[in-house]
Amino acid sequence: MRHLLSASDLDLASATSILDVAEEMQQVQSRPVKKLPALRGRTVVNIFFEDSTRTRTSFEIAGKWLSADTINVSAKGSSVSKGESLRDTMLTLDAMGVDAFVIRHPSSGAAHQVAGWVQAKVINAGDGQHEHPTQALLDAYSMRHHFRSIGSDGFAGKKIAIVGDLLHSRVVRSNVLLQRTLGGGVVLVAPPTLLPTGVETWGCPVTSDFDAALAEADIVMMLRVQRERMAGAFFPSEREYAEGYGLTEARLAAMKPGAAICHPGPMNRGVEISSAAADAANSLVLDQVAGGVAVRMSVLYHLLGSDEGAKQ
Amino acid sequence: MTTSSGSLLITGARLADGTSTDLYISDGVLADPASAPAGVERIDADGVLALPGLVDLHTHLRQPGREDAETVASGTAAAARGGYTCVHAMANTDPVTDTAEAAEYVQALGERDGHCQVRVVGAVTRGLGGAELAELGLMAASSAGVRVFSDDGRCVDDSLVMRRALTYVKSFDGVVAQHSQDPRLAGPGACCHESEYSGRLGLPGWPSQAESVIVARDVQLAELTGSRLHVCHVSTAESVDVVRWAKARGIRVTAEVTPHHLLLDTPLVSDYDTTFKVNPPLRTAEHLEAVREGLADGTIDSVGTDHAPHARQDKDHPFDVALPGMLGLEQALAVVVDVMVNTGRMDWPTLVERMSAAPARIGRVVGQGRPLVVGEPANLVLVDPSARGVVDGAASASRARNNPYHGRDLPDPVVATIWKGGVTYRR
Amino acid sequence: MADPAPDTPTSGISPRVVVDGPELARSLARMAHQILEANRGADDLVLLGIPTRGVFLARRLAALIADIEGRPVRIGELDITMYRDDLRANPTRRVGRTAIPGRIDDAVVVLVDDVLFSGRTITAAIDALRDLGRPRAVRLAVLVDRGHRELPIAADHVGRTIQTAADERVQVRLSELDGDDAVTIGRTGGKR
Repeated sequence: MRHLLSASDLDLASATSILDVAEEMQQVQSRPVKKLPALRGRTVVNIFFEDSTRTRTSFEIAGKWLSADTINVSAKGSSVSKGESLRDTMLTLDAMGVDAFVIRHPSSGAAHQVAGWVQAKVINAGDGQHEHPTQALLDAYSMRHHFRSIGSDGFAGKKIAIVGDLLHSRVVRSNVLLQRTLGGGVVLVAPPTLLPTGVETWGCPVTSDFDAALAEADIVMMLRVQRERMAGAFFPSEREYAEGYGLTEARLAAMKPGAAICHPGPMNRGVEISSAAADAANSLVLDQVAGGVAVRMSVLYHLLGSDEGAKQ
Repeated sequence: MTTSSGSLLITGARLADGTSTDLYISDGVLADPASAPAGVERIDADGVLALPGLVDLHTHLRQPGREDAETVASGTAAAARGGYTCVHAMANTDPVTDTAEAAEYVQALGERDGHCQVRVVGAVTRGLGGAELAELGLMAASSAGVRVFSDDGRCVDDSLVMRRALTYVKSFDGVVAQHSQDPRLAGPGACCHESEYSGRLGLPGWPSQAESVIVARDVQLAELTGSRLHVCHVSTAESVDVVRWAKARGIRVTAEVTPHHLLLDTPLVSDYDTTFKVNPPLRTAEHLEAVREGLADGTIDSVGTDHAPHARQDKDHPFDVALPGMLGLEQALAVVVDVMVNTGRMDWPTLVERMSAAPARIGRVVGQGRPLVVGEPANLVLVDPSARGVVDGAASASRARNNPYHGRDLPDPVVATIWKGGVTYRR
Repeated sequence: MADPAPDTPTSGISPRVVVDGPELARSLARMAHQILEANRGADDLVLLGIPTRGVFLARRLAALIADIEGRPVRIGELDITMYRDDLRANPTRRVGRTAIPGRIDDAVVVLVDDVLFSGRTITAAIDALRDLGRPRAVRLAVLVDRGHRELPIAADHVGRTIQTAADERVQVRLSELDGDDAVTIGRTGGKR
């Protein structure tokens, strides 16, 4: 694998391999020495042009547990304000002999552009409103664990309702693409103002009726809704949003037996998710965080474990 | 600034109407070929079309302020290569062309460095701020003789300011050239035609209606004021419909389309290549079809290049941050020939009307866009309609390299360009 | 760790059986006794098989030891993929399972593999083990020692020592995976 820019870069075999290896990686978390030597001597630069403590820490731990030299660069607001272009910023770091960049950027497509400029491998850790492939992988990882825990295997036939601000969400795009590969059935639920243009071409049902989707869902994935969206006239009030699209206590009770809750975090308790739902026994939120490190270890291993297809 | 002057005899050229003739140029004007002396310099134009020099109503020359991206010299050299003998230098320079002094400065640059005539476009509002009128009358009365006023790059979105500007320029026969973009429907971040592509790519969308609602407002203001309105870079089917409606009502509106909106479509941005970031954005096939039809039937009067050179560092940013704009002067004729003439949608006389005569009329440019008859100024372009080639963006007279046609197989029609009797470009 | 790739059929020379099923069983039985003898019983004993065939050999040895001792012995699996010194030189390898039965601190760990060749696999296994705890002792049991060591590694318990040429290929066949039990040698240019 040259880069991981989009969930669509993964075919079924590679996606499954990443999830399988992540299972082994997760064991490391319970070891006395949380360290594998696989990426000894590799240099991974986490370059974050916007803050994300969760994702950055997750990648940092993943790299360190694989013995890579992990360097964090906080580049928030740096390049444009200093007059330096993104290309120059990245070429400068690339010239230092970096093996991989983990890049988070507020602009859609930034990781794609960087991949075209640098020699190093590029992992997209979230680009604007576009994609966040490792989040989709860790979502799939948590879902697979959950399905296995209730005696079911595989994604085929499963209904995954993704609910909330689909317009501004990179998580939803990656999940739709990854589940298209893995075979899960995604249902998209959002107020009409928060649907991306052309969502009807994404190949999954779209509805504004959360309750109908909820009744059938094996997984209910709640997306964070940002309060500043109200200023953009996307919805009238938090109260109205929660009523229509929040995972309230009543909706928690209406979930199908065996269904579970995901949330990529950080959660707005009381808006898109009630505290009761966030802390419910069938909430996978903390499993997602724990699995995040294992999945990112697996991704790093798949990209950097072998020299094949590396620097040309 | 010309590479030769004096007398020149062009033999066997075909005119747009299909007739053949010799053209004798003497002292910058077309003279009777029979009067050409025996030893005169000759160009054998057998199989070549001679057309009036092209006129661009919409050119960014970046001088003063961004001479690293383009200068009057380099931009007009690109114009000459593209067959142009006159360009209109947009006002969004640094400083903005919003005073008589600024206009005269650009005018002087054009007279000193130009490889074609440079007409100055004045800003509509001071500093392109959209609030107070720029010194429209003084610019008109200056030696630059400004007739076209535009805040291009920004929309004059305040309806009252737009009404006042239209009313004000009427007294000196000016025209307000509007960049039609509703700033709320298509905010500063909007960088991709709102479509399934913007949705999938996660790029902020620029709906086609953000253009047409402004066009609809402006044509009604033009009707209200009885003034001349020019709609820059029409990119959507809805805008074409509105302009068509307005013309049917007798409103004094003219419109232009860019070569890129005729040829290039939204999917080109799928790799986040900022070369294809332009404002208004590249549209989808149905809009391309509508603007082609509008150009063919005259709803759209003219082709304006919106030649927008940018330094590399201003394009090497994330897509939503990179500056919008692409080059256009050198390939404009190639695109129009490819899209409109070679497809049979437009004949050569109509091309001359859209790319030379109409823009000269709209800009009130004397001595440009004139028929090639004895007594007229010798502004012309020699065209080989059958030549083709792959565009090499590196082989450009422009200082910038944001050429969206790089690597594309296109007609390569311009054989020579002659301005005021001097050869400004020859292949 | 045996090469999981099948014999190259184009070699034209079919591999020759050097150890048949009954012999293989006798070797394992002898190894089980040796392990118990060296350890003076099964106390603190942990057998860790190295995937793929080492895992099955460890299971067989554990069953034999349990028969002799009358109580089960702890067994597990130790994947060494991440510790290989040739990790980068190859296409991305699938990672095998590592399953350690409880703590290994102060235990006597017996690493079990099918063929001892260069010694690199065992070095990697020792590295892997070090990240998992601190055994009192680590011993090595291999079904076949074929020589050609590249590192200072020696086995404590060997089923069969076989003289080989470096370019010969030694393959252990186990009924669990291959349908029958045997050790074969082929001259296929493979690394064993």
